[in-house]
Amino acid sequence: MMDDAFSALRPQPQPDPDSAPFWEGLAEGRLLLQQCIACARHRFPPAETCPHCRSAEAEWQPAAGTGRVYSWIVVRHPIPAEVFAAEVPYVVALIDLDEGVRIVSNLVGIEPEAVRDGMPVRVVFRDGGGRVLHAFRPEEGTAATAAGGKT
Amino acid sequence: MWALRDRYALAGIGATEYRKASGRTILAQAVEACDRALADAGLPREAVDGIVSFQFRDSAPAMAVATAMGLPAAHHCVDYEAGGNGANLIILAAIAAIEAGLATNVLCFRAMNGRSGFRLGGGRDMVARGVSQYTAPFGWITYPQAMAMWCRRHMNRYGTTSEQLGRVAVDIRAHALDNPRAMMRTPLTLDDHQASRLIVDPFRIYDICLETDGACAVLVTSTERAKDLRKPPVLVTAGVYGGGPAQGDDLFDAMRWPDHSQNFLAHVGDELWRRAGLGPADVDIAEIYDCFTYSVLMALEGLGFCRPGEAAGFVEDGGIRRDGGRLPVNTHGGLLSEAYIHGLNHVCEAVEQLRGDAGPRQVEGAQVAVTTAGAMTCGSALVLRAA
Repeated sequence: MMDDAFSALRPQPQPDPDSAPFWEGLAEGRLLLQQCIACARHRFPPAETCPHCRSAEAEWQPAAGTGRVYSWIVVRHPIPAEVFAAEVPYVVALIDLDEGVRIVSNLVGIEPEAVRDGMPVRVVFRDGGGRVLHAFRPEEGTAATAAGGKT
Repeated sequence: MWALRDRYALAGIGATEYRKASGRTILAQAVEACDRALADAGLPREAVDGIVSFQFRDSAPAMAVATAMGLPAAHHCVDYEAGGNGANLIILAAIAAIEAGLATNVLCFRAMNGRSGFRLGGGRDMVARGVSQYTAPFGWITYPQAMAMWCRRHMNRYGTTSEQLGRVAVDIRAHALDNPRAMMRTPLTLDDHQASRLIVDPFRIYDICLETDGACAVLVTSTERAKDLRKPPVLVTAGVYGGGPAQGDDLFDAMRWPDHSQNFLAHVGDELWRRAGLGPADVDIAEIYDCFTYSVLMALEGLGFCRPGEAAGFVEDGGIRRDGGRLPVNTHGGLLSEAYIHGLNHVCEAVEQLRGDAGPRQVEGAQVAVTTAGAMTCGSALVLRAA
């Protein structure tokens, strides 16, 4: 599903040879992760070789798209103001994905005050003013969505 | 213990005024701080054969300072690219250069127009390449935003509160009131802290350090040579630099750091004490890298002054106060209330305290100090002693 759009002025990701499949996946509405063929562990950020077993053999696999909130912040003072003034307050979170890697994303569909440690979340996709970005919403049926959150 | 224990010394210190708008070049301020450090030590400029600095592409190169000072023999001019991790690192780098026979008397400086020029707190490159492509597009850009993410982990894990963070700011501000160099010289109350603007929850404005135009410098030489100079030497008893595994791709990136309720000091603290042959109980004062109130808590725990999760209570009990605290912390006002000279001002303060030169803010009988630099996945720390 595509969620609401971000400002077109926001920093635009610059894909590189390691990350290009990640961003191409997002453009198709898929959250892809690199998985090591030798040791089966996932890794993020993408890299040519596995930091665990050093194998260069890897494949891109769709992530389950589910995880839990490890930590979060609520940005209230926008920097730079011309980019983020219309978005504050917004929530940035570290999400522990079920595959065992941690990524940085935004939490949407929830009031900032309702975010909780370890809250289960699910990926959504939205227009980042050019490239498609991932974001996460509270998993359906959790207390936060039952209470109703802004989108 | 460390093979170089007490063999090198800090023999002179110098600083400019700390201001919001210096109206001067960074180079001019670096030169003034270095001149003052040499005058403090009573060392002629001809004897300086090395300058080591650190910067974030925001300063004057060491070679430019040597040139402006007309140093005839300053062959070893080196600039480290570093952030908060750099202040004690350059002291160790100077010692390493002397030990390797590359230099004998080395000036270490940090100089910046950190408020009127390039503002470190203003955010990173808006072109999200490298590891920034995974962080900046989501609006995770500034250092206060970075460290607030760490702080939330401590709050969730240990129940640390905003009021407890406020205690750090209030107590460190009280120390600045007696420091003529300090930029913030009006009292701060806990109510002031709690009423202040939320910048990035959980951080309010008083949880975040200053931005400063200014420079400071330290002269490093062997303890043997330092004994012949003008001021009593302050001995470098031990030092560490580093962190844990998975420090990340740069200073901001901490996606792969295992536990954000503790920083690099949890990984190198034991080694610092082993090298020093001393322990936390031997320390009289601590000058801790307080880019944010929260980093003081991680340092107190990482260095073993408190058990994990107990630093906030230690602060609430008055533990970091100069008057009566078990461990006076940031006796000059720190980055929060003296100035943000990227932590090298903490080393200058430790030197003044250990010489007994700190005037109205002197901690009586201070013999052993610890300084830290850096707050996240890598950093440096020193144990310093009065000669």
